Amino acid sequence: MKYQSQKVAYAYFLVAMALFAIQVLGGLLAGWIYISPNTLSELLPFNVIRMLHTNALIVWLLLGFFGAAYYLVPEESERELFSAKLAYIQLAILVVGTLGAVVSYLVGIHGGREFLEQPLWVKFGILVAAVIFLVNISLTVLAGRKTAITNILLMGLWLLCLLWVFAFINPDNLSLDKMYWWFVVHLWVEATWELVMAAILGYLMLKMTGVDREVVEKWLYVIVATALFSGILGTGHHFFWIGTPGYWQWIGSIFSVFEVVPFFAMMSFAFVMVWKGRKNHPNKAALLWSLGASTVAFFGAGVWGFLHTLHGVNFYTHGTQITAAHGHLAFYGAYVALNLAMFTYAMPQLRGRAPYNQVLNMASFWLMTGGMCFMTFVLTFAGTIQTHMQRIVGDYYMDVQDQLGLFYMMRFGAGVAVVLGALLFIYSQLVVRRELIAPGPVTAPGE
Amino acid sequence: MSEILTKSRARNVFYGGSLFFVVVFVAMTVHSHRYIVETSTAGMPLTDEVRLGKHVWERASCINCHTLHGEGAYFAPEVGNVMTRWGVLDDPEGAYEILNGWMQAQPSGVEGRRQMPFFDLTEEETRALAEFLRWADQTDTQNWPPNDAG
Repeated sequence: MKYQSQKVAYAYFLVAMALFAIQVLGGLLAGWIYISPNTLSELLPFNVIRMLHTNALIVWLLLGFFGAAYYLVPEESERELFSAKLAYIQLAILVVGTLGAVVSYLVGIHGGREFLEQPLWVKFGILVAAVIFLVNISLTVLAGRKTAITNILLMGLWLLCLLWVFAFINPDNLSLDKMYWWFVVHLWVEATWELVMAAILGYLMLKMTGVDREVVEKWLYVIVATALFSGILGTGHHFFWIGTPGYWQWIGSIFSVFEVVPFFAMMSFAFVMVWKGRKNHPNKAALLWSLGASTVAFFGAGVWGFLHTLHGVNFYTHGTQITAAHGHLAFYGAYVALNLAMFTYAMPQLRGRAPYNQVLNMASFWLMTGGMCFMTFVLTFAGTIQTHMQRIVGDYYMDVQDQLGLFYMMRFGAGVAVVLGALLFIYSQLVVRRELIAPGPVTAPGE
Repeated sequence: MSEILTKSRARNVFYGGSLFFVVVFVAMTVHSHRYIVETSTAGMPLTDEVRLGKHVWERASCINCHTLHGEGAYFAPEVGNVMTRWGVLDDPEGAYEILNGWMQAQPSGVEGRRQMPFFDLTEEETRALAEFLRWADQTDTQNWPPNDAG
């Protein structure tokens, strides 16, 4: 850690990990309700649990991005943050807003647009926090060295915050509501967040592989170009059946096929950089998470997205467990694993220790990734059966659900693995203080 | 390739191309906005009752169990076509009665069955919710869903 103000990232990462724990525990509970539907049904209904699950996810990922920006921008810009104090104020606003939202949900006060259920005052709090963040980070970047990494990161974060404005726009016409809702939801995860992801991945590759900056930055521009060229009109794959014109079926299908490209490029980028790089960086766990994130993102967002994105397929699979399968693996690979890669890279430096607890951290990677993949597979099977029975044969929803119990049990098992992995990760970051396994002697290759 | 594709060229392609796609997207959005208002949702007027129904739908966070036009949670049935499924798409009174009967019977309390919570709605609110669901059902969704099962 070269700059004192990078330390603010530590507070962001701590809050993010706490919310991560809440998110996966909420998910586990929701998964349990699929098996035992009477659980808490009057005290804490499924819809409230799901709100906590999805909202906690979104907020902790954003906190992770903010923390990552506060960590890497001083190094890239070669100067201290404009104001560490503002960064802490921003965090305080977000924590108060998050706690406020949780309490509101528990007492039944919430909005009704999916993922944007936060009460209005919390939405304003998020807006204020976003403005503080943008001011703080932009002034830092403008005063210091400009790199492609900070350029792309800033562009992603600025657009992300601007799109938040659509969280306040809720037309009475349901189809308009849905169309503008996707301006936040799709243009976050399939456009602006990809810019943030590419920038963070580029930074990690630069630090850990020792590949020349020119090469990394050129790759980055190519990747983000493919992300926005495909992702902006790729929004059309959400405009198939909500009352929007029929031409979106072709626009959405064609452009969302190309949405696979940036994820394939990010995966290739990560592997090529690691192969080309000559640096033997000691933080092997961070390298594992970086490569894992780009790979699982390619499968979750790219392959599983493509699976149901063509309108001829989506006509039958839309809104089934296929969507749930894709959503889980895509979010895990692209954004959860990437954030955990950044935590894994930065935490040893934020806590002033050599890379430690590699073994437990890497075990948590395999546990979480294995669990998430298994969950995706069983939900895909469940979704295939559901699509056939409900959309082709025409059986009623609940009759079909009754046939899927076995898959929901296996999904719960996979969820247990993910939760154990997440808790192990947090433990390895916060508690473990020394290497569990000492490294072996260094030998020349081929001996 | 490295000589043709320099970093600054890659950057310029990124900025120029992105701007182009943003412009195209905005233009198509403007057209879609008009299409929704004038064509696809024009089959039934957007009355104050429908508006109230949408607020009821949102206040109860129905979307976090049900899907509506295929979007939402996947825990409970699709309701974008529920009025068709119940055979009351063109019958406001019938729509209210069947919806009210359903809502009053929740939660069923049946062991091993997914439970819908009880929502304490006034008659006005339940009527509005029924009208909102009828309004959503008449939207031209390009013939989705494939059948009445939703």
